[in-house]
Amino acid sequence: MNKRTVEVMVGLFVLLAFILLLFLALRVSGFTDNSFKNGYTVSAEFDNVGALNEGALVSIAGVKIGEIDSIVLDPTTYRADVVMQIYSKKTLLPIDSSASIYTQGILGAQYIGLTSGFAETNLQNKGEIRTTHSALILENLIGQFLFKMKK
Amino acid sequence: MINDAHHENYVSICNVSFQRGDRTIFSDLNLQIPTGKISAIMGPSGTGKTTLLRLIGGQLKPEQGSIVVKSQEINKLSREELLKARREMGLMFQSNALFTGLNVFENVAFPLRVHTSFTEQMIADIVSMKLEAVGLRGAIDLMPNELSGGMSRRVALARATVLDPKLMMYDEPFTGQDPISLGILLKLIKELNTNLQMTTIIVSHDVAEVMQIADYVFIVGNGKVLGQGTPAEMAVSEQADVKQFIKGLPDGPVPFQYPAPDYIDELIEGKN
Amino acid sequence: MITRLQQLGQSTIRVITSLGSAAITLFVVCFRKPQNIGSAFRALVAQLFSVGVLSLPIILVSGLFIGMVVGLQGHHTLVKFGATSALGSLVALSVVRELGPVVTGLLFAGRACSALTAEIGLMKATEQLSSMEMMGVDPLGRVIAPRFWAGVISMPLLAIIFDAVAIFGGYLVSVKLLGVDSGSFWSNMQSSVVFSDDVLNGIYKSIVFGIVATWIAVYQGNACIPTAEGIGRATTRTVVYSSLAILGLDFILTAMMMGGW
Repeated sequence: MNKRTVEVMVGLFVLLAFILLLFLALRVSGFTDNSFKNGYTVSAEFDNVGALNEGALVSIAGVKIGEIDSIVLDPTTYRADVVMQIYSKKTLLPIDSSASIYTQGILGAQYIGLTSGFAETNLQNKGEIRTTHSALILENLIGQFLFKMKK
Repeated sequence: MINDAHHENYVSICNVSFQRGDRTIFSDLNLQIPTGKISAIMGPSGTGKTTLLRLIGGQLKPEQGSIVVKSQEINKLSREELLKARREMGLMFQSNALFTGLNVFENVAFPLRVHTSFTEQMIADIVSMKLEAVGLRGAIDLMPNELSGGMSRRVALARATVLDPKLMMYDEPFTGQDPISLGILLKLIKELNTNLQMTTIIVSHDVAEVMQIADYVFIVGNGKVLGQGTPAEMAVSEQADVKQFIKGLPDGPVPFQYPAPDYIDELIEGKN
Repeated sequence: MITRLQQLGQSTIRVITSLGSAAITLFVVCFRKPQNIGSAFRALVAQLFSVGVLSLPIILVSGLFIGMVVGLQGHHTLVKFGATSALGSLVALSVVRELGPVVTGLLFAGRACSALTAEIGLMKATEQLSSMEMMGVDPLGRVIAPRFWAGVISMPLLAIIFDAVAIFGGYLVSVKLLGVDSGSFWSNMQSSVVFSDDVLNGIYKSIVFGIVATWIAVYQGNACIPTAEGIGRATTRTVVYSSLAILGLDFILTAMMMGGW
């Protein structure tokens, strides 16, 4: 095995590893979706966020357009202040859009679904969605159901 | 004579003590190797002859005493100074120690590449010259595993002498060689010593071969020098340990029997 | 009784001594400047070939089979919950987070590290390292260091290749063999695998495994008793110690990573 062959094979080995690393980055982990430079943030306040996590998806009409950046308690209103990162500036949200917390499937993870409004002006960076619907808490539902049953 | 430019003794070992673990290999050893001559260090197996070569080469440090090679105290040198000192030493190992991954040319060229900045052409010339001197210029492209035992030994010799060292040390060069290889080795060692004006140390226990070419002989045992002299003097020495070694007597100061209780007693006890 | 204590004390001292010696070896290998940059690089390339490229066959085959098995086993369980669409995530996450670095590490320890120990041990037994030293070449720099760096570099590369091949194997079994929908296989995978948390952490693990396993291999070879028996024992020790070290470190690293560093 002469020196040139050895060097070529080592080069190929390293090259193969880098190509497969790209594969892992792009095809396996969906890396490209998360470039925050081209996006903007909006916030919304909820009475109850249920089991919503940071990093959970934000969608419109079922299409993923962003993710939850942070969930913090507002100390004065005692409501949950959710900041959402919208990936692309091209995703325009009218200022009267509403945000609701849904569950994927029956027992799945929770996410925020946005419904677009009809206004002519759009939300800007750090804008706030006024209309929100909190998560459905299973225990409350059961409680209401039992109450109705008792009647 | 003492303040000669050429020191009378190339290697001076003074009051050297060395231990390995809890075994004392040398205690208060004194040995003077004369310049320009072939000196043989002989002795029974396991007396630390190879260790002595390593002490001279600076691979090991003595607990006490000093080892002076060409007026430099080897055991006190820094890494860089030791590197320079080793340029003037050649050591041929018992196992040849050829680098298995390199072919004959690269093996012999190795010290040149390390110590000099000669051009490729110069290296090629010197390597051919050395291989020609040992009669193996035709084997220049072979790998070590393609060489016979005798050929490997000659390549090791070429490699050890490639920098024309002033001190050449051979560790058991004659062990396991067929008569023809032996003859070749003897001739080469003698010629190199004369032509390159080296000081040669041969560590061996092949009495017959060594006596043929050595100018001076040391017999080392029990951590000390048991006897020294010219081959002629050693051959007729009446000193018990020297005589046993030179003549190859089975019993003497080095006993035949491994220490054991009295045999007659053991037999008698067995019967009961 | 006293002799038992003495023996225990002596063994402890021996273990600590060899640990110290190993640490010194590592320090010297990492920080001593090479005597000749050109030949050091050439030696590194040669070792990358023998340590990395020659390990590829076993990594590729093992990766493929492990990915296929995870796909098969995962499908067997998920199908009971009607959740086979999650198979992509299952395969990718288990491979990229755990199986990739750990199995690659163990295979590396068995194939490459044992070869390193045997090779260095043989060089020590045939006095090649000694003669190198006598010629003024530092064996740690010329022989040990390139092998060490080759191991450290090769491990993460091999782990990446293993990850990709295993995921592909999982894809083959899930989609082609068991009929899971290709689109949901990949999209579920993409939404659940986070590059920095999952893939990168796996690669960090493999780097740590590479450092530790190669260090053990190189030290055992250099410190072995220079006889045929000594080499054999050192090689066995390398495989056992590096495998155990990899498994132990895996637990520690996983705990650190899950706890958020």
